[in-house]
Amino acid sequence: MNISEIKTIEHDVIVLGAGGAGLRAAIECSMQGLSTGLVCKSLLGKAHTVMAEGGVAAALGNVDSRDNWKVHFRDTMRGGKFLNNWRMAELHAKEAPERVRELEEWGAVFDRTKSGLINQRNFGGHRYPRLAHVGDRTGLEIIRTLQDYGIHQGIDVYMECTGLDLLKDGDRISGMVGMWRETGEFVIFKSKAVILATGGGGKAWKITSNSWEYTGDGYGMAYEAGAELMDIEFTQFHPTGMIWPPSVRGILVTEGVRGEGGILVNSEGQRFMFDNIPERFSAETADTEKEAARWLEGDKDARRPPELLTRDVVARAIRKEVKAGLGSPHGGAFLDIASRRNAEDIQKKLPSMYHQFKVLAELDITEEPMEVGPTLHYFMGGVRVDPDSQMTCVPGLFAAGECAAGVHGANRLGGNSLSDLLVCGKLAGEGAANFVQSGQSEPDLDETQVKAIIRSATDILNRESGENPYLIHERLQDTMQNHVGIVRDDELLSRGISDIEILWDDFHKVKADGSSQFNPGWHEAISLRNLLITSEAVARAARMRKESRGAHTRIDFEGERDEWLKVNIVVRKSEDGSMSVETVERENPDSELERIANLSIEEIEEEVSREAAGKI
Amino acid sequence: MRLRNFQIYRGDNNEGTMEQYKTEVDQGMVVLDVIHRIQAEQAGDLAVRWNCKAGKCGSCSVEINGKPKLACMTRMNEYGADETISIRPLKAFPIMKDLVPEVSWNYEQNKRIAPFKPDPHKRNENGDYVMMQEDIDRVQEFRKCIECYLCQNVCHVLRDHNRKDAFVGPRFMIRLASLEMHPIDTEDRIPDIKDSYGSGMCNITRCCTDVCPEHIQITDNGIIPLKERVVDRYYDPVVKLFRWLFRKK
Repeated sequence: MNISEIKTIEHDVIVLGAGGAGLRAAIECSMQGLSTGLVCKSLLGKAHTVMAEGGVAAALGNVDSRDNWKVHFRDTMRGGKFLNNWRMAELHAKEAPERVRELEEWGAVFDRTKSGLINQRNFGGHRYPRLAHVGDRTGLEIIRTLQDYGIHQGIDVYMECTGLDLLKDGDRISGMVGMWRETGEFVIFKSKAVILATGGGGKAWKITSNSWEYTGDGYGMAYEAGAELMDIEFTQFHPTGMIWPPSVRGILVTEGVRGEGGILVNSEGQRFMFDNIPERFSAETADTEKEAARWLEGDKDARRPPELLTRDVVARAIRKEVKAGLGSPHGGAFLDIASRRNAEDIQKKLPSMYHQFKVLAELDITEEPMEVGPTLHYFMGGVRVDPDSQMTCVPGLFAAGECAAGVHGANRLGGNSLSDLLVCGKLAGEGAANFVQSGQSEPDLDETQVKAIIRSATDILNRESGENPYLIHERLQDTMQNHVGIVRDDELLSRGISDIEILWDDFHKVKADGSSQFNPGWHEAISLRNLLITSEAVARAARMRKESRGAHTRIDFEGERDEWLKVNIVVRKSEDGSMSVETVERENPDSELERIANLSIEEIEEEVSREAAGKI
Repeated sequence: MRLRNFQIYRGDNNEGTMEQYKTEVDQGMVVLDVIHRIQAEQAGDLAVRWNCKAGKCGSCSVEINGKPKLACMTRMNEYGADETISIRPLKAFPIMKDLVPEVSWNYEQNKRIAPFKPDPHKRNENGDYVMMQEDIDRVQEFRKCIECYLCQNVCHVLRDHNRKDAFVGPRFMIRLASLEMHPIDTEDRIPDIKDSYGSGMCNITRCCTDVCPEHIQITDNGIIPLKERVVDRYYDPVVKLFRWLFRKK
């Protein structure tokens, strides 16, 4: 093989992944004058962002004027159980409103309030109605807006191209090797910077809301290139995924159902969330059905219904009911909107949920309750980056969106992902521009690296015989589902890790049949490496964290432990090739941010209203 | 469990055959599940596009027993237990491989459309755009489009007459309509809608509307109003006379 025969494409920056974060990052890079290439595994506009339903969280204050970045920040920290990177959570809350307004400037059409402003809805963990939305298809609106705006910004888009691995010149990034899915041909992207915006790795689990693309590519590539993964043990199980029929298991049911008044009941018709209110949230949560009903009617003095507690709490509560034998017929809980809202409202506010259940489950949600259960949804952790520039410890390597760690800590609030994509996507674009424009010389390509990357991909096709990639993936999904699930302990996790070790051995013998042209079996086999790195990192970090916090629940170490709040768990590849997992001390928070996050709700509301009065 | 019969197109744009497969079908399965099962058990290299598996991304468009549909939203119990189900790629586009069509032409059309150009005067004193819900309901209907290209696939102009040179197709007519009817867009799009995008080519058979999985009234709410705006501009005798009288010298 002669690498001069492989096409080389040069850009200042390559953005890998074209969901919300990747598109926003690419737009920013291009605006800052960088020659920008955007590489994505699917067609443009099909990335996972398209499936986001409920809305984008931003303290616009259009529906409740008491909202303010400080309250959004406080909600985010509390939702993340204070493990969030303080600076990132601050930037996120402060900049989200501007990022949303900017979308409108670029053509987005959000639902309106009566006075013609962007409407906002309630969501779990958010104090006020904060989620700008378009019915229950907000993600589609955002990705289409960014796509239609982005294609006029001089970005070169490379669709259906898989990023295989990063290239380095010494310590810094020099590009990436990719593979065109259609032809199976390889391509070298030479660039001074790479922004990873590849989303998470939910496809390692059996029951997940994630699509085939979610194979932890960014985690695997960053890890191999010497970057660090942080807080990766925090994997969010969304409480409401479809559970019946079997073929749709895991598909998301938006939190918007509960935001619009939907309630959770067990097989005895009992509204069990009232028995599951954690102490931290008891002052802000309704404790009677009466109060919850007043809240739904818009009474601003009433507290929020317990169905809108954070996702980790709701997911565990559902699991508890099922364990106690009070689950729905197919092992979940009932989510009832039919008895709460009239049919017309439901169809208007939740059209795609109505459609999804009607077609896939033959169930009319305006008449019957849905059956739901937890589904692996989101990675709070990910590639460790600097909060302001989004750069990793590898010069020239950036990460944003779900792929990066920091904003959400131990648990993410609904709606904070779409805002994260926009805010951190832009920051990563700026970070990459500053890096490239700081006088970086042209990097050199290393032929040996290119050859090694290509060889590990072609070996899979060239083996005489070997393991079926689909079956390896299925076994991995069983392992993660059973051993690295919603409730963990040392024994389960250890079993998970030893299963993963066996799967690694099988992966080294994986064989895909057929040619290199649009060959899903081969693509599946290639993605297994990243899935395995991701899974091993999650399992090992989860075994190390000996406490229960947010989405990480250890039955052998119940409750939050103060000593674990002081550290992040960081995973990196050690010199001998093994996976190193260690605790790294967190920086002390800025005292002002710490003060805001720890204010009581009365105190912060008073402070914000005082400031607002001062302005007038 | 009894095996069910499937015929799936295997090949590329030059040559291909309908291959026979037999597999089990479980309760609640959709056609995409069957394709995945065949892929995992019998034909690892069977190519199909998909993403969300919930009718939201528009990736898995195929022709099932001759009908253009999303494979992820087509339940197997729509078909009789003895029926052989045939699955082909979209006909209006070249075939990349198996069930995967080459749809880049659509991306080229989108790029030709002039970007959204908001009117800065429509902002209020806080810098927010003020738009009433009733003024955007129609635009939001068009923006539900998931770009599955089923409408493009059944449009006679594109499918039967292959006039991709003359007409952008229903998908981009509603994209244009969503801009043209946007309360704060200021770009004059009517001349291009007539001349460059080919609004006159559509002869309103409504085939596109029939297949839209999002139930967008493509023809009645999108294309016909655009045609009317073109007619008002170019063919209304009163307007024509007025323009002629006050034409720029």
